[in-house]
Amino acid sequence: MNSVIKGTSYVLVHTPDMVLHNGTTQTTERIVNPESEYLKEVPKHLRSFEDAVNYYPNQTYIGNLHPDELREVELPWYNKTMDGAKRYGKFGEIMPQEEFLLLVQASDMFEVVRLEKGFVESHKEAFMANPIISEDINARIHEGVELSEIENFVNNEDAEGLYHDGKLVGCVKRAHDIDSNLSAHVMHENLMSKASSVLALLYAVKNAGIRKEDVDYVVDCAEEACGDMNQRGGGNFAKAAAEVAGLVNATGSDLRGFCAAPTHAVIEAAALVKSGAYKTVIVTSGGCTAKLGMNGKDHLKKEIPILEDCLGGFAVVITENDGVSPEVNLDLLGRHSVGTGSAPQAVMTGLVISGLEKGGLKILDVDKYSPEMQNPDITVPAGAGDVPLANYKMIGALAAKRGEMTPKDLNDFVKNHGMIGWAPTQGHIPSGVPYIGFGIEDIKAGKVNKAMIIGKGSLFLGRMTNLFDGVSFIMQPNSGETEGGSFDKAEVKQLIAEALKDFAQNMLDKAE
Amino acid sequence: MAILEGKKAIIIGDRDGIPGPAIAECVNTAGADVVFSSTECFV
Repeated sequence: MNSVIKGTSYVLVHTPDMVLHNGTTQTTERIVNPESEYLKEVPKHLRSFEDAVNYYPNQTYIGNLHPDELREVELPWYNKTMDGAKRYGKFGEIMPQEEFLLLVQASDMFEVVRLEKGFVESHKEAFMANPIISEDINARIHEGVELSEIENFVNNEDAEGLYHDGKLVGCVKRAHDIDSNLSAHVMHENLMSKASSVLALLYAVKNAGIRKEDVDYVVDCAEEACGDMNQRGGGNFAKAAAEVAGLVNATGSDLRGFCAAPTHAVIEAAALVKSGAYKTVIVTSGGCTAKLGMNGKDHLKKEIPILEDCLGGFAVVITENDGVSPEVNLDLLGRHSVGTGSAPQAVMTGLVISGLEKGGLKILDVDKYSPEMQNPDITVPAGAGDVPLANYKMIGALAAKRGEMTPKDLNDFVKNHGMIGWAPTQGHIPSGVPYIGFGIEDIKAGKVNKAMIIGKGSLFLGRMTNLFDGVSFIMQPNSGETEGGSFDKAEVKQLIAEALKDFAQNMLDKAE
Repeated sequence: MAILEGKKAIIIGDRDGIPGPAIAECVNTAGADVVFSSTECFV
């Protein structure tokens, strides 16, 4: 029996100061051109928290605006304000930087995070007022230290500064004197990923209507690596975040595959549950500080705000079949194999058609495709094009090539089987998974019968292979059967008893 | 494509456009010598 997707969460964290201090476009500029005009301009082009909340695509990400409604809003979006925009959405929230820094401190188990006393005092109340933040997390907040102590760590001990409104309010210390894998920079990056994953886990448990104790296993599919000099990517983000989120019965592991990792992870989680190894598995990921402001230079050239100012996070809860939630169909998996090749047409054939052919399905049999759902408001001004649209055009072209439609139907294909992108350019965050939350609703409402989630990953960036990668799976309506229903012991006993009775009667009849 | 005959080529592919190896295949058949090929990601 197929496992089901019982719930999801999607969270954003508005981190404008980390754009300047931790995004690699900016940190690289500081190295090669420290007096750069660009670095001076960045702070003037950062958005306020209110602007980030009022931004249409962000409201879609946390569940307050369906992608179909977003498509009706004319681009560009950065200069528009959504009426009725809220910090909280049905999938999660947009957390402000000051509260997130407290969550980061609460997620730190080695006292490498230090926050200034006054900063903690100013924001503790708001942090604790957030209903998703549980008492045990609140209890982990320290009262903070003097600013002079933080300045000493930053100026003399290689600590990474934590800033808010342009002011130093804390730091992340190095976790080892000489181990570069435990440097302040790496610890900062990993703790931001971990804390945003914790936030996603908390919402996922709530949204799926399960108890924290029900979770058996967590899979982290972010793009960071934690470990020391002897095991650089040893892990385990999954269990580390599960600990803070209070998932006391869970263990877990990390799955890596660049932007393809979330889709790999959902497939593997669904297989773990379907096999009976675990009953409830959560796929989770936090965000990536390195990608903040990645296209900032192009945004400034076009005189638009720096739109890559949020960390993203998400989680997907996979459970045994409950008779209601959409199923993950493991019989129709698509994959890019080693021999597939790198041409865009070959890639999409592997990802889409190889799966569909296993079930005798056509491209047009899938109602909704969710490939890479990057927000075009960010990518088009940066010259990277409309990424979801490029994917839909390639899938549509394959449908035309296979005779399922004519080339002139391409625009209708994009409209009917596609969506406009809304996810932040956080690598793995926009890859396939952003639609799962809306997909659950659309499938339950009968609007969509089959949705294909496609994850694609740029393996070549790791310089281990020139290969591309990707996998896909199909979400479909629940068959209506439950795990309990198919293994009703009393019913099985009754059936066996009746069969034995018939057999005995048959023997008697023959003997007579 | 004779313009590439005997030339040396540096290829920067785009992960969401045409990747480096695909461009290299074309350039090779046009008689150029690929001295560097890479695919970058901007999303």
